[in-house]
Amino acid sequence: MACCINPVQYEGLEASKNIFYIAAPPNQQIIPAVTYLLQQGMKNVYLLGSDYVFPRTANKVIKAQLQAEGGTTVAEDYTPLGNTDYSAVVSKIKASKPDVVFNTLNGDSNVAFFKQLKAGGLSIDNLPVMSVSVAEVEVAGIGVDNFKGQLTAWNYFQSIKADANAKFVASYQSRYGANQVTDDPIEHAYSAVYLWAKSADKAKSIDVDKVRAAASGVSFDSPQGTVTLDGETQHIFQKTMIGKAGSDGQFQVVWDSGADPLKPDPYLKTYSWGATVAAG
Amino acid sequence: MSSLILLGIFNGLSVASILLLVAIGLAITFGLMNVINMAHGQFIMVGGYVAYVCSGLAGLVLGPAAAGDGFLVALPMAFLVAAGLGWLLERGLIRFLYKRQLDTLLATWGVGLILEQAAKNIFGAPNVNVDVPEWLTGSLAVSEDLSLSHARLFIMALAALALGGVGWYLFRTGTGRLVRAVMQNRAMADCLGVRTDRIDATTFALGTGLAGLAGAALCLLGPIGPFIGTDYIVQAFMVVVLGGVGQLAGSVGAAAAIGGLDSVFNLAFSVSIGQVIVFALVVAFLQWRPSGFVRTRSR
Amino acid sequence: MATIGLCADSFALMRRVVICASAVLLLATVFVLPSLLDPFRLNLLGKYLCFALVALGLDLLWGYAGQLSLGQSVLFGLGAYLFGMYLKLESSGGKLPDFMSWSGLTELPLFWRPFASPIVALIAAVLIPALLGVALGYLLSRSRIVGVYFAIITQALAFIATTLFIGQQPFTGGTNGLTNFSTIFGQPLRDSTVQVWLFQVTTLVLAVCLGLTLWLSRSRFGRLLVALRDDEQRVRFCGYDPTLLRAIVFGLSAALAGLGGVLFVPQVGIVNPDSLGIILGIQMVIWVAVGGRGTLIGAVVGAIVVNSLQTAVSESLPDLWQYGIGALFVITVLLFPRGLAGSVSLRDRPRLEAA
Repeated sequence: MACCINPVQYEGLEASKNIFYIAAPPNQQIIPAVTYLLQQGMKNVYLLGSDYVFPRTANKVIKAQLQAEGGTTVAEDYTPLGNTDYSAVVSKIKASKPDVVFNTLNGDSNVAFFKQLKAGGLSIDNLPVMSVSVAEVEVAGIGVDNFKGQLTAWNYFQSIKADANAKFVASYQSRYGANQVTDDPIEHAYSAVYLWAKSADKAKSIDVDKVRAAASGVSFDSPQGTVTLDGETQHIFQKTMIGKAGSDGQFQVVWDSGADPLKPDPYLKTYSWGATVAAG
Repeated sequence: MSSLILLGIFNGLSVASILLLVAIGLAITFGLMNVINMAHGQFIMVGGYVAYVCSGLAGLVLGPAAAGDGFLVALPMAFLVAAGLGWLLERGLIRFLYKRQLDTLLATWGVGLILEQAAKNIFGAPNVNVDVPEWLTGSLAVSEDLSLSHARLFIMALAALALGGVGWYLFRTGTGRLVRAVMQNRAMADCLGVRTDRIDATTFALGTGLAGLAGAALCLLGPIGPFIGTDYIVQAFMVVVLGGVGQLAGSVGAAAAIGGLDSVFNLAFSVSIGQVIVFALVVAFLQWRPSGFVRTRSR
Repeated sequence: MATIGLCADSFALMRRVVICASAVLLLATVFVLPSLLDPFRLNLLGKYLCFALVALGLDLLWGYAGQLSLGQSVLFGLGAYLFGMYLKLESSGGKLPDFMSWSGLTELPLFWRPFASPIVALIAAVLIPALLGVALGYLLSRSRIVGVYFAIITQALAFIATTLFIGQQPFTGGTNGLTNFSTIFGQPLRDSTVQVWLFQVTTLVLAVCLGLTLWLSRSRFGRLLVALRDDEQRVRFCGYDPTLLRAIVFGLSAALAGLGGVLFVPQVGIVNPDSLGIILGIQMVIWVAVGGRGTLIGAVVGAIVVNSLQTAVSESLPDLWQYGIGALFVITVLLFPRGLAGSVSLRDRPRLEAA
């Protein structure tokens, strides 16, 4: 009998007792990002994603949130996984003139999309893009020039000013190379191991059921700040940040969710519009 | 609104030129030589990695800002490296399989797997971004709403150049005439003293070299990785079969048709559905006219 | 490659020996093997046997009738999905399947409803691919699409099928496919006795199908197929309809593929768009080629051997296994064009022209 640890942001709507979700469900990444965009006056949103479960579910959440909070979904567009021709998509974006593109493209589609977006004459000045699957590691692949000034939402950035983070980045780079960057999934994976270890310490056993029972309330001083396990949902309490890409491939934090970490809410129970999304 | 239509036409031409560039090598190996080179996609991948290496070297030697300038050297290098590999493949494997067309499919698929694994071992499994010259990243602002990306214009020019080059080679040079002779009647050419084995190797190398060229050009649009080959192989075969096997002019028409339809349906629906519709139309067309656009005259 | 030809006297004896040996092998596999292998390996072998079923159908289509199909995976995957629909409904216990609710559906689509019944699912999973095969065989044959064009079109169909299934997430589960099954015919799926039982059923089904196809190949129909492969014109002039023949053989091979899919999905526990895809389609051809096309036994052997090798090599040399597989194809084509089974034959076989 084993348990699984998921260190990467995902679409929520689940809380299996066999999985520890040490990363962000929508209410700790996507929903704050949409709130930020609406606060900045970007109400008309073009949804672009790769065609698989995460973007489709994420877009359901976003559409419900936009409807409830006064935004508009201009379009909802999907491209096949691994797609590299974005000429049609860029044309459609130009024609519909949204305030912002909410990007849930995955992997290498991002490289092609941003390259072709820039080549099509669209950049941060006339079309901001908010991405939730692009982090420091991906920016290197996309090309720093192609991504400069664009927005992302995560719980961790390499540029965070904290002692724990400075130590973490230094150790990572001395182990893997001075050119390596750290990003949110890397940091979550790192924290996940420590959280599990601390839970096992508290349970005085590595038996899965005992660790699971002991996990609630376990805290760790991670590079992103203090994170605490929520026994009820097996997610963690953490903050959300919006970062703006600089010309060095690093992100400058332009907004964060406040002093208190956010409680995880994978089933969107704390949102009045959440019921329609989580149905079933 | 009219600029949207113009943009649509431009996109269609762009996709068509990419398809043509990718398929023209296959039109030669499949169309002229009757060899099913399932590794064609991996030769495209090879070209892409050559460009990656060139830009990396340029960055090392000339400084990071000049990394993009390696790209211009990359184009001919990609062609030569892919052609060289293709020549080796022909001499080492393909020439034993000329009478066995479907066996070339299987054997070259195996070669493709080997090339893909080699790429993974040398460069790593994740895709890599290739730096390109600054002047190829911008766009030409024709009007307020219409900007034509430089990269796509460059690819269109490259495709036209490649087509022209192949046409000139086949129809205006001595070697080209020999190639056509061997393809039309190998036995007779042999009797007349033509070195058919050398011609075969050269022709195959030309086909794979063009694939390499396409791979280098694709760096302008997106990432390069071990798997880009499989992305393009099905479309490349569609272009060649639709155009009529053995007919280069047909391949041009097919690329234009598929590119145009692709563009229209991608705009009207989503990219996924658009591709499905285009393929379904191609299959339906082939039902009606199995030999493709241009019918081959049979003796 | 050398054939081991034997004269008529010893031939009859050899034949009897082979039949006895096969019977023993079958009994051993069904009754003894499950206690020898651990559940993981047994399950893998069960998967290979499902693939062997598909390969059998492909050999009929390609080895005998001479039509190379790079898209048998579509028929296989379709069978797997159709039976998977029943498994999904049973596992959802009367409620809406999970992927449907998170994709926004509020009630079960009409075409899903009949699949709550295992009988309907079983029949549909074999019949629908078969009908599709007949239709395809008929259409393509009527337009005289043969050889490499046929192959490329079947590959395009695999591409279309994959894209369609990925895009229709509310109805097919999208890239995740259908998974999270819990029971089959009321028995828990993860139970080792149920898995053993599935393995035994697969083995028996494979044996029966192998017997049937061997009989078919020796029958008049089988010889017609070979004649069709070798010279379609003459077959036509003899008064037979090649289009009808091609349609039938495509339908048969599709039914076998669908059946393979049915047995595959409960043992593997998941079906996703990759099961319909181009790469699997090419791999199926490799199995038949390595095993020996036109021998039927070769298809079974090829499927089991190539898949076992792939697992073994990828487990021990994860960074290098693709080299091994690629080299295997190249070497097979160059040195063993008739495959493993084709290189050893019990009587002089007419030389197989490369189709």
